Amino acid sequence: MTTMTIAKAINEGLRATLAGNPKSLLMGEDIGPLGGVYRVTDGLIGEFGPDRVVDTPLAESGIIGTAIGLALRGYSPVCEIQFDGFVFPGFNQITTQLAKMHARSNGNLTVPVVIRIPYGGGIGSVEHHSESPEALFAHTAGLRIITPSNPHDAYWMIQQAVECQDPVIFFEPKRRYWLKGDVDVETPGPSSDPFKAHVLRAGTDATIVAYGPLVPVALAAANAAEEDGRSVEVIDLRSISPLDFDTVTASVQKTGRLIVAHEAPTFGGIGGEIAARISERAFHSLEAPVIRVGGFHMPYPVAKVEEDYLPDIDRILEALDRALSY
Amino acid sequence: MGTHLPSTEFDETAVDDQREADAEAVMGEPLAPMVQLLGPDGKLGADPVFTEYADRLMPEALRGLYADMAAIRRFDVEATALQRQGQLALWVPLTGQEAAQIGSGRASQPQDYIFPTYREHGVALTRDVDLAELLRQFRGVSNGGWNPKDTNFHLYTLVLAAQTLHAVGYAMGIQRDQKLAAASSTGGRERDAAVIAYFGDGASSEGDVHESMVFASSYNAPVVFFCQNNHWAISVPTNVQTRVPLSNRAKGYGFPGIRVDGNDVIAVHAVTEWALEHARQGKGPVLIEAFTYRVGAHTTADDPTKYRPSSEEDAWRAKDPLLRLEKYLRAEGLADDAFFAKVKADGDELAAYVRRTTHDLETPDIRSAFANTYAEAHPLVAEELAWFEEYSAGFAGEEPAAEPAGQAAAKAGH
Repeated sequence: MTTMTIAKAINEGLRATLAGNPKSLLMGEDIGPLGGVYRVTDGLIGEFGPDRVVDTPLAESGIIGTAIGLALRGYSPVCEIQFDGFVFPGFNQITTQLAKMHARSNGNLTVPVVIRIPYGGGIGSVEHHSESPEALFAHTAGLRIITPSNPHDAYWMIQQAVECQDPVIFFEPKRRYWLKGDVDVETPGPSSDPFKAHVLRAGTDATIVAYGPLVPVALAAANAAEEDGRSVEVIDLRSISPLDFDTVTASVQKTGRLIVAHEAPTFGGIGGEIAARISERAFHSLEAPVIRVGGFHMPYPVAKVEEDYLPDIDRILEALDRALSY
Repeated sequence: MGTHLPSTEFDETAVDDQREADAEAVMGEPLAPMVQLLGPDGKLGADPVFTEYADRLMPEALRGLYADMAAIRRFDVEATALQRQGQLALWVPLTGQEAAQIGSGRASQPQDYIFPTYREHGVALTRDVDLAELLRQFRGVSNGGWNPKDTNFHLYTLVLAAQTLHAVGYAMGIQRDQKLAAASSTGGRERDAAVIAYFGDGASSEGDVHESMVFASSYNAPVVFFCQNNHWAISVPTNVQTRVPLSNRAKGYGFPGIRVDGNDVIAVHAVTEWALEHARQGKGPVLIEAFTYRVGAHTTADDPTKYRPSSEEDAWRAKDPLLRLEKYLRAEGLADDAFFAKVKADGDELAAYVRRTTHDLETPDIRSAFANTYAEAHPLVAEELAWFEEYSAGFAGEEPAAEPAGQAAAKAGH
């Protein structure tokens, strides 16, 4: 067991992948000598050389499009997109090409490309550096979308993403890059399936589902509620597509109440999908409507007011109060 | 032969001379001449670089180029007819571009990998793609239709220029394969290969073409960009896409750009062979602009009479690539009436095969779409498939619902 940050855990996971899979390679802007703007690829070019850790031209469509070509030739590229808001020049390649290559080839071609995207707010940055576009990708069949919330998952899930034969969008909660935690580098343990949710905290009165950057917020809210005598279960979703409805359903059947929390705007978001599915699957178990806690229907606001935008402990507790009032 | 084009001498100055003068004015220097070996008079000219490559074409190969061009034109006529008869949802004709496609396709080697647009039926022929399978996409029974691994001919891509980046990435993979092979204990070297990325003059305006050329240049990737400038992006002419000949753009990326007479199959073959050798030898990318013309419509949904005069089409029909090669073959005594009669008979046989087989193309079960969305098991797909199975089972034993008359007729093969 080793203690490390999420950023370091991804770095170590990538190192293990590069060492173990000669057909894997990293691609992205500034990922070479600089080690990426968040230093996630720090030191890797020195160990594996510029053919395995490729500093690319500044062109997102180019990075993803050439990664598709490399995958067609038998390689496993891992692309780094510098910031969430910069993925859109590559959106066409992701949604019209990467997601559909396997289907349109009638299963003859696979494109095991991983796209790493630091996402979410809370770092006081400027426009296009704090967005949560996961729902835009989740709506596209053919993609898998996962997001770790702790170093152990970060270490294992990035390696599992590369091993997966489907394209994987790997959302990294950037404001948690420096969050420290224990990593068991010997065995993934309960993380062995990256597409399964984890119940992080057991409870009986309500369930909070969160993922990525909001997992620590959900846990803190559950702890605060406990002081008020409420027993709250917390689920770390981990995978946004596919979404582990079985784990969420089982929890709701036990607690009867569900709050879904994410940073992305609630309208058209993942929370709405969870609410709809759970109302279909567990209608008779629900004691209250599913309540969503998320961002507002606005462009991500300027840094000086982002704390009013981001769901925090109080917003989750307010939702919990509402759910419990039924 | 389905479409007979008039044979008149082609006046080189009649087409695009003003556009070229404008381009020279923009660039402040004269344009590099267009490579042409087989003149409109059917006589073979000389070129300091490419004659050597043309000389590699033995009489049998030249006859083969003619037979391929005739076959694909006959196929094009048949596919257009099939569309008109409701057998295909859409057709994308290539008539006029046979030399550009057959010349370049035949210059490739089996180990080369080809990324087409959606009009490269002639290139598909040279890669031994079953042309009936090529129609699956247009018949609406597949989004692909063939396995690219069998022929190294990739699937058609309808999103313009997306494939140019795939081509460069694939070429970067070839470079890595070569290094891995060289470093392996067996010491073997991956057989040299290169990639061709096809795109049109319209697609040249897409950002992906720019990014693909930047990446290709940055990594010296073994890729040949083959632009068929067929003068029209549906209804928008080339001069709205570019102020200078497209081949000149290569200069800005730092690799060679060659403009070739795209209706001269010998020149196209020579130039492409040169470019592929250049790429395979590790000398980096090449851009070829094949100056040609889409004689017919963009697709069967298009109406060129609304945007271009028939005189322009006539001027280009006079450059017909088949007639030009026929003149040469006859003048040199390399082919006789019997040869041309056999080519025609073979074309008719191909057309009959395609017509017969199109009717038999099997409509897939939607379960195959469930199966192919992901490579690995996916719970949402499994859940939706299970729902679909249960829902479908509820109709067991019932009469199928009545279909609209048109659809039913199409399915019945009328």
